[in-house]
Amino acid sequence: MTKPAAIPLTSYAPAVVRGDFPALAQSVNGREVCYLDSANSAQKPLYVMAAMDQVMTTHYANVHRAVYSFGAETTVAYEGARAKVARFLNAAHAGDIIFTRNATEAINLVAHSLGAQLQPGDEIILSDLEHHANIVPWYQLVQRKGVVLRVVPITETGALDMAAYQALLSNKTKLVALTHMSNALGTINDATAIAKAAHAVGAYVLFDGSQAVVHQAVDVQAIGADFYVFTGHKLYGPTGIGVLYGRRDLMNSLPPFLGGGEMIDTVAFDAITFKESPYRFEAGTPPIIEAIGLGAAIDYLNVQDLPAVQAHEKALMGAAEECLLAIPGVKLYSRAPARSAIVNFGLEGVHPHDIATILDQMGVAVRAGHHCCQPLMSKLGVSATVRASFGIYNTIEDVERLGEAVQKARKIFT
Amino acid sequence: MNISIDELVDNFALFEDWEERYRYLIDLGGQLPPMEEALKTPASKVQGCMSQVWLVTGWNDAGQLTMRADSDAQIVRGLIAVLTALFAGQSRAEILAADINAVFAKLGLDQHLSPNRRNGFYAMVDRIRQFAASDATAGTA
Repeated sequence: MTKPAAIPLTSYAPAVVRGDFPALAQSVNGREVCYLDSANSAQKPLYVMAAMDQVMTTHYANVHRAVYSFGAETTVAYEGARAKVARFLNAAHAGDIIFTRNATEAINLVAHSLGAQLQPGDEIILSDLEHHANIVPWYQLVQRKGVVLRVVPITETGALDMAAYQALLSNKTKLVALTHMSNALGTINDATAIAKAAHAVGAYVLFDGSQAVVHQAVDVQAIGADFYVFTGHKLYGPTGIGVLYGRRDLMNSLPPFLGGGEMIDTVAFDAITFKESPYRFEAGTPPIIEAIGLGAAIDYLNVQDLPAVQAHEKALMGAAEECLLAIPGVKLYSRAPARSAIVNFGLEGVHPHDIATILDQMGVAVRAGHHCCQPLMSKLGVSATVRASFGIYNTIEDVERLGEAVQKARKIFT
Repeated sequence: MNISIDELVDNFALFEDWEERYRYLIDLGGQLPPMEEALKTPASKVQGCMSQVWLVTGWNDAGQLTMRADSDAQIVRGLIAVLTALFAGQSRAEILAADINAVFAKLGLDQHLSPNRRNGFYAMVDRIRQFAASDATAGTA
């Protein structure tokens, strides 16, 4: 087996960071776990768990409706988390951040609330790279409102075809909803150029940043995003918390999504007025503990040398590609010039499910399947692939383990 | 392929590591009689997104289960062979009484029975159980 290329040393030490994640110290099938499925859901650092634990053990209460000290403390912590997310995305105001359950709910919110203002024949632009979360809500809107979906193809390398995108834009385009970074291929889209072109025809632009926020610095103002969504659990935070960035002036012009407590101003049976954003879109008791957990995950990341982390993740991807390509029969599905942290591959004559099963026997966790991207899979001409994805805690040893396990799978099946 | 589940359990007990176990499982899948392409319909397809699985079940005149199944993944084909040894030729009551978790645990294959929505094999076991529990007297869609 070819040895993966050495990765330049920096002050960020992945092996040390790994120690912050207790789950990674476990053994799976007799070997230390080699977790290469962070693009699916990331492991959690002790720091996040402690922050969530602290809310519940020291001052837990509902937010925004309790005058006693527990309620006040928890409200400060919850709103503090909102401010942390705003700084993380460089949003102009904390009020531009709406907490949701996940990225899927955030996209559904926009599909519902912006969708209410769309007319039959209005066009929404998606791409072949989209996760089902950024396809299904729009398809449902097609059925409700008669809007039309246009799909940007990808190039041979797996990059977004920007010329085709430009050609699809017209004065009928009302929204461009694209991933910032592909969960399946790792392709990174030029969000700034996409937003600029969308705005030139008067369309809004939404980015699914669930992968991008993990692997690069995101500045929603510099990008010019109208809506930007991500989920907490891929960013080393808990499940059950997602984010929708939307400027308050824009969000206040849209009707609410879910109705209930917390989002109202006054309620009578014949007249209801709604609060302003973000509360307008946070019906019911919000995911308080999870939001605070997400804030803690951001705090945890903020003390890391993030440029070094991101360079490391990209280097691991490169090393894994090199290592896998040395194995006869391996095919890589992404060669996009701008990509990171994700390696999507297949092994000739061996089903991805079989590969993943053998890898699991060797303690290596990867995802096999369609990655919630069936349109992309059919574009690639396969029903499933194997994806290895890297995060802050992965090391070059993980890449070696991956290579060793794929070699073993090849030996067993061919 | 005519091997009883008891023989399979005995054979699996001889293996010293997972690799031998899986090689044998893959061999078993290779011996599974091929399923006619015409039987692979949307109705016989079992939901699961990691691999594709098809299953057709029926009862013979003696009230014993007949089954034909296939998958595009080799390990899943092996699991199907194990399931066939366990269930084919069994009566409705025997199928419902079978402790499949215990059998798969003995074989060291119990992880494949996790109720994972991506796991077509688990859905297949579920479908056979439902078939045995239903009142249908012949053939399934």
